[in-house]
Amino acid sequence: MAARLFRPLRTLLTGRRRGCDACPLSTPSTRRRVVLFGSPNVGKSVVFNHLTGSYAVVSNYPGTTVEIARGRARLGDVDLDILDSPGAYSLATLSEDEQVSQALLFAEPPDLVLHVVDAKQLGRMLPLTLQLIEAGLTVALDVNIIDEAARAGLTVDADALAEALGVPVVTTAAASGLGVDRLRALLAGPLPPTPAVSIDYPEPIASAVAAISHRLRAAYPISPRALSLLLLQRDRGARDLVRKAEPEAVAEVDRLVAEAESRFPHPLSFPIAVARQQAADRIAAPAIMARHRPAPRSLADALARLTVHPIAGFPLLAAVLYLMYLAVGRLGAGVLVDFLDHRLFRQWLEPPLIAFFQRLLPSTVWSSLFVGDYGLITLALRYSFAIILPLVGIFFLSFAVLEDTGYLPRVALLLDRLFKRIGLSGRAVIPVVLGLGCDTMATLVTRVLATRRERIIATFLLALAIPCSAQLGVILGLLSGHPLGLLIWAGVVSATFLAAGFLAARILPGEAPRFYLEIPPLRLPSLRNVCTKTLARLKWYAAEVVPFFLLASLLVWLAELSRIFPLLLAALKPMVRLIGLPADAADAFLFGFLRRDYGAARLFDIFSSGAMSGASLVVAMVTLTLFIPCLAQFLVMQKERGLRVALAVFAVILPVAFCVGLLLNLVLTGLRVPV
Amino acid sequence: MPDLELTEPAEEMLASLWSAKEGEDEAHPDRSGPPARDATALAELRHLGLAEGPPAAPVLTPAGEAEAAAIIRRERLAERLLTDVLDVRGNVASAVACRFEHLLRKGIDDRICTLLGHPSRCPHGRPIPPGPCCRARAGSAGRVTSPLADLAPGQSGVIAYLQTQQPELLQRLLAMGALPGAPILLRQRFPSFVVEVGHTQVALDEETARDIYVHLTAPTRVSPARRAWLPPGLGRLRRRGRRP
Repeated sequence: MAARLFRPLRTLLTGRRRGCDACPLSTPSTRRRVVLFGSPNVGKSVVFNHLTGSYAVVSNYPGTTVEIARGRARLGDVDLDILDSPGAYSLATLSEDEQVSQALLFAEPPDLVLHVVDAKQLGRMLPLTLQLIEAGLTVALDVNIIDEAARAGLTVDADALAEALGVPVVTTAAASGLGVDRLRALLAGPLPPTPAVSIDYPEPIASAVAAISHRLRAAYPISPRALSLLLLQRDRGARDLVRKAEPEAVAEVDRLVAEAESRFPHPLSFPIAVARQQAADRIAAPAIMARHRPAPRSLADALARLTVHPIAGFPLLAAVLYLMYLAVGRLGAGVLVDFLDHRLFRQWLEPPLIAFFQRLLPSTVWSSLFVGDYGLITLALRYSFAIILPLVGIFFLSFAVLEDTGYLPRVALLLDRLFKRIGLSGRAVIPVVLGLGCDTMATLVTRVLATRRERIIATFLLALAIPCSAQLGVILGLLSGHPLGLLIWAGVVSATFLAAGFLAARILPGEAPRFYLEIPPLRLPSLRNVCTKTLARLKWYAAEVVPFFLLASLLVWLAELSRIFPLLLAALKPMVRLIGLPADAADAFLFGFLRRDYGAARLFDIFSSGAMSGASLVVAMVTLTLFIPCLAQFLVMQKERGLRVALAVFAVILPVAFCVGLLLNLVLTGLRVPV
Repeated sequence: MPDLELTEPAEEMLASLWSAKEGEDEAHPDRSGPPARDATALAELRHLGLAEGPPAAPVLTPAGEAEAAAIIRRERLAERLLTDVLDVRGNVASAVACRFEHLLRKGIDDRICTLLGHPSRCPHGRPIPPGPCCRARAGSAGRVTSPLADLAPGQSGVIAYLQTQQPELLQRLLAMGALPGAPILLRQRFPSFVVEVGHTQVALDEETARDIYVHLTAPTRVSPARRAWLPPGLGRLRRRGRRP
């Protein structure tokens, strides 16, 4: 079940397009498996898009390529199978997304690893090139974003660099397409042999590498030397590799590692990094030329400064959020949904369809499956296409713009201090903001967080107090006539978010996370990237949402027939009435679990029919926002954090949501707040 | 406490007793093995009330502990001074530091500590007992090395060392280009620390900024103080001239 439900999701994340795989137009020729490797923010995904013409989420923050995007390209008579890996700073992994990249190289060594680097930061990225060469992989280097480097006054001499490294080097500015032809020629051309690289590691590293390499006898995907270095850095992936290949060697290897560690006062990654950097500096020095003075400060620089300014940064952030609210709440919920739902669906499409089905299927049992209260057409399709997709689409569009400009890491920087209070670091801003679009997607992205504790807290808060854009759109639309109600809703939900985070940070054991994040330059978003990204996410969402809605309608129809649905509703009704809502609202909560947005959309219907007061509307919105996550999110939670955590989150949220709703209802009715 | 004039062997013995107490697992590279059994030195310590117990297994008295902490502090500060400022490396540093320590009398160690930005660990990662100057975090002016967290926006330098013992954090910082020797510029302190390391901009929290020690004046370069003597245009000319 879960596997089937996640097929659309996986299709998005892997970028695998059924169409491409299914139609090999040409006769088989030279096959070549190419892996794009490199740190975050160097434009790997842009390069990937250029080469394959297919989709990968491109973005300016670490963690979008959480899983591997795969595409095909045919150059001459070479068939390229190109894989885009998540950003990794080193072969030695720290986070879950880096483990994905490492596993990609370990599982099946590619024919070619294309290391993509940022020209401006060539000096500090070359150590990874050396590491890849050291691992015995066939490597080529793509020095990307040369246009930004030129503006900073730097030129890179590709030939000198190629000579010094012994691997082919091209310079590109992939965003504008510069040099991509050269890159294609390189990928389709003859593959160079792997050069020998000699890095002088200090003692005790050098002798430990010799001893461990000597002990390793099995065949490994990377050179014994590189594997030994990873083992010395206590890399888990490398140790697993040894444990699988020759379990009898593990104890001896562990002993050698511990011995080397005891002979050095700092973690061994330190001298290894320093030695590699020194070697890289020797290589980079003749290839980097700082010829002219950097260009004078531009408007972009001034704006970049303003976005992180200690004072001006915060009102700017508020303004950006307000703009997003305007886009989703006003344009989406107001204009678009109004037109699509009220006009297009209800006035123009529904009446003829209802008439048609009622004539076709005289039995109400069957016709209600399609056009009944919970019908496949009148409910599932209308909700998905007329209410949810326009809202989510507009959110994804604005999020894509934010991502592409590089603004998100700046939000992380601004909010780190606040997030520390709730047990998170500024880095968690990324999944939280994404959660305002889709909590399910955001739960996947919590992988970028460094510690398990932080990942659990983020997962919990996403499930509890972050409304997704569909929900948000419906809520904003409903409460747009009640400014006070909107304020109360926002206040209560934010307060619950902060209070729950604060308590979770106190209760869960573990150290407070550290915050360190690379801040990419502020870049003008490219229309092409923004569009492909939005479309791809929307496609994923539609593939995710429509089957769920149809399934929900079907289940409800079956449940109603079998009288389970009324039974569940009857159980929920007293609880719903307790928090001051009409009993009809119970099914909104039941739906809420199937899809968050579905629940909100249901409330929208009830309210439109005039069955609810302002105060009870606010209570309903707060409760539904806090209420248990949707089924998809629950499944992702279970997959990412394990069933125990998912159930615990579930068990906490249920009473919290109802208690907050109950309290709010008491306060609002007690004080007779004129909402 | 009176300024004790201990002989060198007595100081050595105090330091060994301290190291032994600090933990057997932390092997001391230059003072391995059990504390030296020097009868005269031990007699001296007993006489001054710094050590007690049987001659085979002497222990420190509270006064002895304080004195030993001061000796260890001087020794490890000397190590820091030698490695960070004078660029003496490896075992030579430890050996010289041992001799150097005896010359640092009270007061001078606090000045060196201030100069180095109140470091809390020696180059081998062992803790440096804090002195009164550290508790007051005194004298940010005129220091040579300082934690990044104590710098003012706009101040720059070269990364001297990373103090953290968390391997993951260390690995991350190294990956982002924060290696010893890399030029670093502090842009702002609030709401997070924003630094430029080479052409990379990195945001950090205060705890992490406290783990990065920065040389405020690089010994091989023209110091800002000297540059100030030159007319502005000439200073820039000079700087450009130095670049290949």
